[in-house]
Amino acid sequence: MNHHKISMQDVQYAYPDRTQALQGVTFLITHGESVALIGGNGAGKSTLLSLLVGIVFPTAGAVAVGGIEMTHKTATEIRRRIGMVFQNPDDQLFMPTVFDDVAFGPLNLGFSQEQAKQLATDALTTVGASSLGKRSSHRLSTGEKRAVSIASVLAMTPDVLLMDEPTSGLDPWSRRQLIGLLRNFGHTRIIATHDLDFAMDVCQRTLVLQNGRVVADGPTGEIMNNEELLASCRLELPLRLQKN
Amino acid sequence: MQRLQAHIDHFRRLDDLAQADSIIHRLHPAIKILTTLIFVIAVASYAKYDVTGLLPLVLYPVAIITLGRLPLTYFAERMLVLLPFVFFLAIANPFLDRVPLFDMFGVMITGGWVSFISIVLKFLLAVTAVLALVATTGIHDICSVLMRAGVPRILVLQLLLLYRYLSLLLEEAYRIEQAYLLRSGGTGHGITPKVWGSLAGGLLLRTYVRAQRIYDAMLCRGFAGELRLLRPARLTTGSVAYLAFWTTFIICARMINIPAQIGTLVRGVLG
Repeated sequence: MNHHKISMQDVQYAYPDRTQALQGVTFLITHGESVALIGGNGAGKSTLLSLLVGIVFPTAGAVAVGGIEMTHKTATEIRRRIGMVFQNPDDQLFMPTVFDDVAFGPLNLGFSQEQAKQLATDALTTVGASSLGKRSSHRLSTGEKRAVSIASVLAMTPDVLLMDEPTSGLDPWSRRQLIGLLRNFGHTRIIATHDLDFAMDVCQRTLVLQNGRVVADGPTGEIMNNEELLASCRLELPLRLQKN
Repeated sequence: MQRLQAHIDHFRRLDDLAQADSIIHRLHPAIKILTTLIFVIAVASYAKYDVTGLLPLVLYPVAIITLGRLPLTYFAERMLVLLPFVFFLAIANPFLDRVPLFDMFGVMITGGWVSFISIVLKFLLAVTAVLALVATTGIHDICSVLMRAGVPRILVLQLLLLYRYLSLLLEEAYRIEQAYLLRSGGTGHGITPKVWGSLAGGLLLRTYVRAQRIYDAMLCRGFAGELRLLRPARLTTGSVAYLAFWTTFIICARMINIPAQIGTLVRGVLG
């Protein structure tokens, strides 16, 4: 399906202070792929995700989602198809109650009041948070906040799901729940993470970033076993592959 | 440290109170907003020496707080915080207006003192009513009604985001204060004035960056400058009856000085 395809063609991005965050990134992700984005701190993972949703725009090169090139004009259209779960759930949840927050996306997409309520109810059920609807977001635990912020994105029925460090701050049980949830999500997923075991559980393909460049792109199993490559990118073997 | 945390708690408490359930909470938000508006206008319309006429209106906030099961201590604390402001606003009156009005137990009461009490009372009534409105309705429903009533979307959006931004500002300020105090070498006398400037600058930048991230997250969820909120439930006859009752009461209290009438009546019976 063409409208789920995501590509970057020789993308460069520099911050206003001229720090070069991405340098010539090129890749193509097709429908249904689950891709892990790994790399040390400052490798450019979050910047790459920001480019995919049009929070920032490339200084050179092209970003395209579903065959549409990302520009200031097309960003709104593209964001309708991409759901982005931010690193800090507190940045994402801003309505007084959980239910209002989850219904916020569908209402913006033009769904009717009834449809928005239904989508919000379904999304909360999917993440196992249907009992939290009337709660205030700030009273939730980190795991609950994460679940609700994922629901707030799922309610928009996105074709593509982007996640920035989804397992940070989660206890092992919540992390396990998230793995189950992401395995069942049939659409394209791009997940930036430092949790390499999580990446092994959820993603078939891995992109490794270093200093704003893609230094490896291949099957997750292969990359996670390449100790030399991981070490050179300030990473290490996933825990389950470490011998002692 | 604890003081800022207390402010954050107070602020969040308002949101939590709004999620509770009571007869008042179940009323239609539009009705509550309209009643509060009528009440505030009525309070403001009293003449400056008319303290006795204002007294029956105390019934309104008392009824909302009781029926809405709102904690009285919460309101008392909030009023204590705000009282100094109105105190300084009205304190000039007793000195400027020295016209003797009446004699109370041998003490001559001047117009200035009466208008001082009237200003403080009006302030307390109006602020309690508005606070009770937010505590039983929630900012989301208030904004939703305002928008449907034709208030420009941009203003409603400002209101909603300002409300959100306030708690962000408090949270960031709390983090900065905590970080400062933990590493200030245990002087324990708060933040030294020397660093007020740089801390305030830091606070502004931090909240700005945080607000930008929240805005980005809103954009990612399809926000395009137009605020769309879930509508509250339909208008019930109970809500309409509520409005009718309070409107009648407020108008009666405004037209007839009830305490004065009772006084005349009692004097008539005794005399």
